[in-house]
Amino acid sequence: MTAATLSHGGAGAGQSAGQALGTTEIAYHEAVVRHFTLATVFWGIVGFAAGLFIALQLAFPALNLGIEYFGFGRLRPLHTSAVIFAFGGNALFATSLYVVQRTCRAPLFGGEAMGAFLFWGYQIFIVLAATGYVFGITQGKEYAEPEWYVDLWLTVVWVGYLVVYVGTIMRRHEPHIYVANWFFLAMILTVAMLHIVNNLNVPVSLFGAHSYPVFAGVQGAMVQWWYGHNAVGFFLTAGFLGIMYYFVPKQAGRPVYSYRLSIIHFWALIFLYIWAGPHHLHYTSLPDWAQTLGMTFSVMLWMPSWGGMINGIMTLSGAWDKLRTDPVLRFLVTSVAFYGMSTFEGPVMSIKAVNALSHYTDWTIGHVHSGALGWVAFVTFGAVYFLVPTLWKRERLYSLRLVSVHFWISTLGIVLYITAMWISGVMQGLMWRAYDNLGFLQYSFVETVEAMHPFYVIRAMGGLLFLIGALVMAYNLVRTIRGDLRVEQPYTAVRTAVAAAR
Amino acid sequence: MPTKIEKDAITGVETTGHEWDGIRELNNPLPKWWLYVFYATIVWSLGYWVLYPSIPTGKGHTDGLLAYNSREDVARDISRAREAQSAYRARIENASYTEIMDDPDLLNFAITGGRFAFAENCAACHAAGGAGQKGYPALADDDWLWGGKAEEIAFTIQHGIRSTSPDTRMGDMPRFGVDGMLTRAQINDVVEYVMGLGNRATDAAAAGRGETVFAENCASCHGEKGEGNRELGAPRLADNIWLYGASKATLVETVNGGRAGVMPTWAGRLDPVAIKQLAVYVHTLGGGEK
Ligand code: HEC
Ligand code: HEC
Ligand code: HEM
Ligand code: HEM
Repeated sequence: MTAATLSHGGAGAGQSAGQALGTTEIAYHEAVVRHFTLATVFWGIVGFAAGLFIALQLAFPALNLGIEYFGFGRLRPLHTSAVIFAFGGNALFATSLYVVQRTCRAPLFGGEAMGAFLFWGYQIFIVLAATGYVFGITQGKEYAEPEWYVDLWLTVVWVGYLVVYVGTIMRRHEPHIYVANWFFLAMILTVAMLHIVNNLNVPVSLFGAHSYPVFAGVQGAMVQWWYGHNAVGFFLTAGFLGIMYYFVPKQAGRPVYSYRLSIIHFWALIFLYIWAGPHHLHYTSLPDWAQTLGMTFSVMLWMPSWGGMINGIMTLSGAWDKLRTDPVLRFLVTSVAFYGMSTFEGPVMSIKAVNALSHYTDWTIGHVHSGALGWVAFVTFGAVYFLVPTLWKRERLYSLRLVSVHFWISTLGIVLYITAMWISGVMQGLMWRAYDNLGFLQYSFVETVEAMHPFYVIRAMGGLLFLIGALVMAYNLVRTIRGDLRVEQPYTAVRTAVAAAR
Repeated sequence: MPTKIEKDAITGVETTGHEWDGIRELNNPLPKWWLYVFYATIVWSLGYWVLYPSIPTGKGHTDGLLAYNSREDVARDISRAREAQSAYRARIENASYTEIMDDPDLLNFAITGGRFAFAENCAACHAAGGAGQKGYPALADDDWLWGGKAEEIAFTIQHGIRSTSPDTRMGDMPRFGVDGMLTRAQINDVVEYVMGLGNRATDAAAAGRGETVFAENCASCHGEKGEGNRELGAPRLADNIWLYGASKATLVETVNGGRAGVMPTWAGRLDPVAIKQLAVYVHTLGGGEK
């Protein structure tokens, strides 16, 4: 194979160097991590495709097809759950179960059997939830749509996750617990609490799929958004910070910037996030005092959130040049930048005067996806590109060039997506509140919907690019797993070629 | 791993001495600007709590120095907006339609308000600008089912057509085929005759036979010559304006199965001034009658 001889340098070299450091032989449980990694890629593509489809439905309503199962209302939760719980959830399982073993130097508590239970248990949860949406079985709570029977099952799986995780940490051969594990553990514990409280429902009958919630009215709304916000805060933020804290220093081959910062921002983040939920209910029947608290806690959350960004980005100090030669690191670092952007935008949007404009508009959708595509998905892509060659014991990825292609296509997709949503969101908010000089609203609702159309088309194009990028990744990973190495110019060689030309 | 504090070669900063799977941590202090901005947000929040309702106290909550209340705030905004329009609204309420139409200022106010109310409530059925679509009559033309005077339009809006209002406008287009009143052939003939009223007959013989069918079955509502009857909401058939479509197949469908378009009642949903504004607006779309 001539390919192999051409392949040195770039991220591959960095990864094998990292592995060489783990000198003692410990029988890590990796099959479960491999399964969760594959599931991450699979559900990612499903979720992005569903996102693209509902984006097209918003632009071209005929795509609702007049069939109830394919209506926007049923496919939207399918998208959100597929990306958050299926794509994001599998990514969290894969990375956390990998990281906890490596950084504790201990095999998984419960072994492959527990690993298999977690894997299949979680996939069953996903399928149960998804079928519910399509057939109209839903609690009608955003991000908590699955009905009681699915909730119970997830509780069982999640408690298993907690046991495996804590058990592994207890068996560790390291004196200290690495910061990534704090974040993962905070995520597991808090999600358990949120999930149970927000899903306190009484089934209509033992054999009926439907149920009534215990909390009603404004209390119900508050519990729902306490849940909803912390699902973002712990599932999509704390958990993914755990990913960041392992894979960024690992891929960069540099120490974490500041231990003290990691402690302070961890505890500040955990403490403050829990109170910020009311910013989803500004100007509603929620009492003013709760709105005030929600807003101020969100603003105080700004710096604790940025602590993670600083630690991620500054970890590269002294290794910035690697960004040029390592597209995997580029994914990771860009994700941290997007994280910083959306955690600045979030506190701004939580200020009541701003929220009066942004609420119910596409601005929120833009904010969501700068976090979701830029942060959650990008950091996941970086971790997966790290994990696949490591887990399948390949020398390197099939192609780093394709990683770069993936990076640029999907970055362009994100830019199209979020700029379209910012413009349309602000426009929508301004049109809704525009009065003429006689005191009549200037635009009817349908006129504002008409005005959104071009932006919906642009957003869908952005989504298409993002999906294509993910397919490129899937291809690259499949070839990597098969053990192929693409014959291509390594990144270092390009630089010398350029230098020679000068 | 044994604890061993080292100096990072690149930055010269010491590590904490821990190591996990090859990852070390530097012992950098908290960035100053980070800490100060964090403090600033805390101070700002404390200030906000003092000024605004914030701390629950069991039965109630602190009101804050500004005693802000979002319900009162929005009520004030609404009453201020009402206040600004109240002079115009009072004049509209008390004026007759002719008076409104003769006063350019008042007319402008009525049309502006009517245009918005129309886009918000009516355009879904009658299409933007009252252009109409299949089953929903155009309001921008002078072909009226029930009447094109401002008062008549207002009555239609107020009570609806085949609606739930006790005063609704009512009129039946019978199901001649379904209920066995006419045979297939007779329906074909009468449809040819109706098409002939607009010079579109395809079969002169059938149209001729249809004339009697029409006189016996249809003229009572649609008039001797298909000129229509607004009392019953029976459309004029002698023009080429069709509510349900011009094709022969559609006409056969109508005569065979009947029709009963529903226009909801707006009394109770829109206030009387809004209905008056809507009537003026619809009247000025193009086909208003004196
Ligand atoms: C749900 C659909 C619907 C909505 C909404 C609706 N209409 Fe109608 N409207 C109809 C239908 C159907 C007819 C024709 C009924 C018939 O067949 O006689 C009609 C008839 C009318 C007529 C009588 C036209 C004529 O030729 O005499 C007027 C005037 C009218 N609508 C005004 C309005 C206004 C003003 C609004 C908004 C406040 C409105 N409509 C909202 C369905 C609707
Ligand atoms: C009892 C009164 C009545 C009789 C009798 C009657 N119609 Fe009608 N017809 C109506 C009414 C009312 C409508 C309007 C229905 C609506 O707006 O939904 C109508 C609508 C129609 C339309 C649809 C017009 C359009 O613009 O699409 C046609 C065509 C028609 N009638 C033909 C006939 C013919 C042909 C006969 C005789 C065989 C007949 N009608 C007998 C009351 C009557
Ligand atoms: C191809 C990529 C994607 C496309 C085209 C896409 C498209 C969409 C669309 C059209 C909506 C509905 C917006 C509306 O109702 O107005 C939506 C909602 C949402 N998407 Fe995505 N999406 C994509 C990827 C993702 C990813 C990767 C995540 C998370 C990790 C995500 C999380 C969400 C969430 C949370 C919502 C609900 C937002 C809210 O209710 O405010 N999406 N998406
Ligand atoms: C300090 C951090 C953050 C704050 C203070 C914050 C604040 C906000 C605010 C004010 C809204 C709008 C609520 C509304 O008007 O309805 C919002 C919506 C949202 N944010 Fe954030 N945000 C933060 C970070 C993030 C991150 C990192 C992500 C994603 C990974 C994210 C995901 C979401 C989602 C999914 C919604 C939509 C919720 C819904 O309505 O369905 N947020 N956030």
